Amino acid sequence: MTKLTDLTIAEALDGLKKKDFTAVELTQSHIDAMAAAKFLNAFITETPDLALAQAKESDKRRASGNAGGLDGIPIAMKDLFCTKGVQTTAASKILKGFIPQYESTVSQKLQDAGTIMLGKANLDEFAMGSSNTTSHFGNVLNPWKRNDGSNAELVPGGSSGGSAAAVAARIAMGATGTDTGGSIRQPAAFCGIAGIKPTYGRCSRWGVVAFASSLDQPGAFARNTEDCALLLQAMSGFDPKDSTSADITVPDFSAALTGDVKGLKIGIPKEYRVDGMPEEIEKMWQDGINMMKDAGAEIIDVSLPHTKYALPVYYVIAPAECSSNLARYDGVRYGLRVEGKDLNETYANTRADGFGSEVKRRIMIGTYALSSGYYDAYYIKAQKVRRLISEDFMNAYKKCDVLMTPTAPSAAFAIGENEDDPIKMYLNDVFTVPASLAGLPGMSVPTGLNDKGLPLGLQIIGKPWDEATVLRVGQTLEKASGFNDMPVVNTQKAA
Amino acid sequence: MSLDNKTVSKVANLARLKITEEDAAKYGPQLSNIINFVEQLAEVNTDNVEPLASVVDITLRLREDEITDGGYQKEILANAPETLEGFFVVPKVVE
Repeated sequence: MTKLTDLTIAEALDGLKKKDFTAVELTQSHIDAMAAAKFLNAFITETPDLALAQAKESDKRRASGNAGGLDGIPIAMKDLFCTKGVQTTAASKILKGFIPQYESTVSQKLQDAGTIMLGKANLDEFAMGSSNTTSHFGNVLNPWKRNDGSNAELVPGGSSGGSAAAVAARIAMGATGTDTGGSIRQPAAFCGIAGIKPTYGRCSRWGVVAFASSLDQPGAFARNTEDCALLLQAMSGFDPKDSTSADITVPDFSAALTGDVKGLKIGIPKEYRVDGMPEEIEKMWQDGINMMKDAGAEIIDVSLPHTKYALPVYYVIAPAECSSNLARYDGVRYGLRVEGKDLNETYANTRADGFGSEVKRRIMIGTYALSSGYYDAYYIKAQKVRRLISEDFMNAYKKCDVLMTPTAPSAAFAIGENEDDPIKMYLNDVFTVPASLAGLPGMSVPTGLNDKGLPLGLQIIGKPWDEATVLRVGQTLEKASGFNDMPVVNTQKAA
Repeated sequence: MSLDNKTVSKVANLARLKITEEDAAKYGPQLSNIINFVEQLAEVNTDNVEPLASVVDITLRLREDEITDGGYQKEILANAPETLEGFFVVPKVVE
């Protein structure tokens, strides 16, 4: 019999309906998997008791005919979503021990749909990072290993590294993430799973610890597109508590997965063919193009001329917004306090001790870019170029329906690589940041392995509010590539 | 542009981050690298381009100015490092 942890969400829902197993059994098997894979450090806080209590309630609801759309499905919650009564840290020392008194809208919606929370997933501190190596609670390990016998520990990507690792390692059936410049798509690619960031405004940001508010957007991880559609459906929708939440109808994402992409126009942006791109990335991209052609889609060459300026724009706007958002951590109302001789010194001591180096770097860059005399040269200039980047996409969409690009410029790298130079680390997000700046929906799906046995992902970027087409193309690639590989951690255990 | 130790210390003070001279010397070159990297934006012609503040094409909603929720004193104080009789406590500000 298939292990319960190997089922997809859709399969598990089917099994629960048919009474093949209970939500308690399904949850227990994932709790066992979580305990066995503790070395991955995918969770900051594990909540097995809460999960089992929720599972019992779920079984009762199903027995009485009141099951929700995702009733009984065990998931991981990125530790950036406030969860009532459960520690929420943003992976920062400054929030260690913080117990939210309220539930974020997205986690509430998932609870309402009947999901079971296994725990709070590890991440980069305040979601700032691309390797999950900036968490105060330690690095997350990628469940995948290179097949060259080197046994190097690889990063899961970031910032939602714990979420992606948990789903890839079959600890959780799905997970929440947030994406500011690629924090869902890049870890999905590194861990060989699917991940979608919807259009900015589709999922409420209320109760999500803020990093860069004009970019932050919640989204979902799962092992395939169908499951991503199910999770996103439950998470989406208008929320009056988020001033940038969109009051528009959420389509039926699952219904969009028709498999029919005939005549669909897939744009290939030439500027994403960057200098020094590894051959394996180039090849995967070409394979994806061929898969879409074979499925009847039309390939269109497009140009996004301001692509090379996306990262510099991002590294002005994201730090500027972060320096403003993180001003709230002052040691007065919540979180860490390190006393000083007066109030000002208490602020400075608290923040010096509570924030890690990457967060401090970004706060200082943002403070500098917003400071008197530099505001126009950096912040306003970046906002202007941001408009040009956004207009590039709108011009491309006059010729095509979606764009297809690699998700990241490499496969997962080893812990410690790219650490010496922040800019080198930032380049990880070169393909994901432009869509974030334009607020567009984007998804990563695994389409193959490189010669070291590591997964590679393709990114699909859609028009505003058109997650449905993004998911449909994602599923087409997933089916055509036949990607069904498991990380080494699991095959080792099975052997 | 290169950020000297004095500038780094000034920025850190504005951001209320206590840093030592040693830290300033460490952060200086890193911050300078990032600033140099973002300065390539200067080469983009942005004449007559409006800054983009929000990607969502919606007007911010207005609502009646009335009390809709509240009464959470206990919850609001629940995570405070120090409280007294329903207030947050901070180090003495006025002598």
